[in-house]
Amino acid sequence: MARTLITVPPTAQRGEVIEVRTLIAHSMETGYRPGADGKVVPRDLIRRFSCTYDDGVSKEVVFSAELFPAIAANPYLAFSLVATASGTLRLVWEGDSGFAQTEVVSIRVT
Amino acid sequence: MNIPSPTRRQVLTTAASVGGLMLGLRPASAAELPADLAAAIAAFTKGAPLREGRVTLEIAELVDNGNAVPITVAVASPMTATDHVTAIAVFNERNPQRDVISVQLGPRSGRARVSTRIRLATSQKIVAVARLNDGSCWSKTAEVVVTLAACIEGES
Repeated sequence: MARTLITVPPTAQRGEVIEVRTLIAHSMETGYRPGADGKVVPRDLIRRFSCTYDDGVSKEVVFSAELFPAIAANPYLAFSLVATASGTLRLVWEGDSGFAQTEVVSIRVT
Repeated sequence: MNIPSPTRRQVLTTAASVGGLMLGLRPASAAELPADLAAAIAAFTKGAPLREGRVTLEIAELVDNGNAVPITVAVASPMTATDHVTAIAVFNERNPQRDVISVQLGPRSGRARVSTRIRLATSQKIVAVARLNDGSCWSKTAEVVVTLAACIEGES
């Protein structure tokens, strides 16, 4: 399991636009870089990220991204969403060689 | 017969006006993009004409370290159900691959603004493109100077 850092405001007003910031520890090997032995290090990337907002009424993907080799190591992504109701955010990273990680954070809307 | 030879002033004014004409005829910046970059953008815009504006691209003009360059793309949009940004993509000119990132948004995003950190192999152009729900595409180009490149040989 890769380490993640997820920042979501602990509480939000209904209808407020909040910013979600995510960071995941991952080398994001491009497949272009030679290692210490001179051989090219095989590609190992996180390819996809998605954020699903489950507010008790509906589950909807509110943000998703495709990442390419030009994304720096330990991919950082910050995006916004509208706080509609209390619920959970399900953050999923998927990548090469079967990498998959899911984190769930709860959000309280007043 | 006495053909008046052009005076120095005439020669200079003619040269200046021709020069001005050439500047005026310079193609728009989108047309100046290299073919592979233009092709990558066309794959994202799906043939819609690329217009400048609405997009803001926050990136340092002078980058010390190309391994992690903070970048923020924002689009002026009310983000309502009838008028919102559906996707934002970033492209580069001289990395090994033209694509950098592409994200999908919707009215539930509330604000069309995305931040991340990217790698830059060398000094180059960065193009951010936003696609709106009506199919129109807007872009912003930035020139970046990189002093320490990403993808340098060996460990970095």
